[in-house]
Amino acid sequence: MPNLQRSRRVENAKSSLIIIALVTLILIILSQMNFAFVGRYKHFYLQGTINTIVLAFFAVIFGVLLGVIISLMRISQSQVLKIVSASYVEFIRGTPLLVQLYIIYYGLPMIGIRFFDIRLPIIGTIPGDFIAGIVTLSINSAAYVSEIIRAGIQAVDKGQMEASRSLGLTYATSMRYVIFPQALKNILPALGNEFIVVIKESSIVSVIGIADLMYKADTVRTNTFQPFEPLIFAALIYFVLTFGLSKLLGLIEKRMKKSDSSS
Amino acid sequence: MIQVHDLYKQFGKNVVLKGINLDIKQGEVVVIIGPSGSGKSTLLRCLNLIEMPTSGDIIFQGQSILDKKTNINKVREQIGMVFQQFNLFPHMTVLDNITFAPRKLLKISKEEAYQLAVNLLKKINLENKIDAYPNSLSGGQKQRIAIVRALAMNPKVMLFDEPTSALDPEMVGEVLAVMKQLALEGMTMVVVTHEMGFAREVGSRVLFMDEGLILEEGTPQEIFANPKHPRTREFLGKVL
Ligand SMILES: Nc1ncnc2c1ncn2[C@@H]1O[C@H](COP(=O)(O)OP(=O)(O)OP(=O)(O)O)[C@@H](O)[C@H]1O
Ligand SMILES: [Mg+2]
Repeated sequence: MPNLQRSRRVENAKSSLIIIALVTLILIILSQMNFAFVGRYKHFYLQGTINTIVLAFFAVIFGVLLGVIISLMRISQSQVLKIVSASYVEFIRGTPLLVQLYIIYYGLPMIGIRFFDIRLPIIGTIPGDFIAGIVTLSINSAAYVSEIIRAGIQAVDKGQMEASRSLGLTYATSMRYVIFPQALKNILPALGNEFIVVIKESSIVSVIGIADLMYKADTVRTNTFQPFEPLIFAALIYFVLTFGLSKLLGLIEKRMKKSDSSS
Repeated sequence: MIQVHDLYKQFGKNVVLKGINLDIKQGEVVVIIGPSGSGKSTLLRCLNLIEMPTSGDIIFQGQSILDKKTNINKVREQIGMVFQQFNLFPHMTVLDNITFAPRKLLKISKEEAYQLAVNLLKKINLENKIDAYPNSLSGGQKQRIAIVRALAMNPKVMLFDEPTSALDPEMVGEVLAVMKQLALEGMTMVVVTHEMGFAREVGSRVLFMDEGLILEEGTPQEIFANPKHPRTREFLGKVL
């Protein structure tokens, strides 16, 4: 089919052209900018980056723990647990993260729940605001994690459960030894992806004064009177974080697949 | 061994089984044939409650398996099932596939389990595959292992749902040979199949199902040589 090949070649040429045009445009814009501030404010960016990573890390850890509990509730045989967990997921997914953050940060103290500073070995003191941020991001992430787990379990062929039950094994045993190990292969890559999402979404907590990367970038903007460049630099760091992580996860996944097929 | 009384099963508005009566005796090989969608799989899957009947009763060894007091897991231990799609556990070796259920349920030791697997694999000439994973096996090998996996629980009855339909033609024979051997050893079997040769040779009784009913039953001789029902004749005319 020479015709099809031709049109594919035209498509390829078109997309390369778009990329070249974009890169040129970005280079032109960057050449007009002044990044001299980076030298003076590199500690700002470093501290902000560390805070963002710590925030995302804890949010994912607690998000996964809570997400596992919620997904277990969702696949349980109790109607009550099912409704509670489904409502949780729907509510979290159906409302903006910013609203959730305000509810937790401003709302909870009004009913007497306050966030205190926590002192930890190695890491040091984690301020109360920071805790509120972690709590919000965890609660938010848990809804998505529980969906990831549910989808991972549902993707396992139904015949697996049937075969296991037909041997006389209970539902719980079948879940634990037959379904879950297979579901894990679907779940782990998606969880890595969730970590990337949380890194990006976590930038929202800067609005309550948590000194994450976004907040620090804002500070640099105010101090330098440069409205634009400090943000570009922060975006670059976000991109390096997420792109690097995504490449790393891809590598791990590849390695997992390899050990799988050789076994 | 198994009696089915007036069994109905519906999915939503779709009535798939419309009053099945059946008596399976010890040592019998009951072969179920019939057109696609006639409810053969559904009937088979009701026998170990992988599918829940809408009404009617199923008696296994004198005990209703639909009775709330019956422990269905205990019943299933005694009813082996073989699926069209094999359904081996892909994350377990052949050894673990075979011994997972007996180790969990019969509490046998690791050594006993290993011996059990070796003995079963010898029967199907696949001892050398004991440490292999299912994905490295051919369809015929997978299905033979699925059969011995079910046998590892030492069941009283074996259910087969089109065990050779997913196989390449050259592998059908090896699976049927294992099933035939099993029949010769006196295993009670219920087999849904399109392999009329197997039905004729091994079956003690053939049931013809159509639209949720058993329209005709008899010895293979009676059904194949002298079908009475016009639907049976029509069906056999197409497949033979
Ligand atoms: N889980 C289910 N939910 C809804 N409908 C179902 C389900 N399982 C089977 N059916 C319907 O029940 C009818 C009978 O299906 P069944 O699988 O028992 O037929 P069969 O005789 O085994 O056919 P085949 O030879 O194609 O395997 C079909 O119309 C099918 O669509
Ligand atoms: Mg079927």
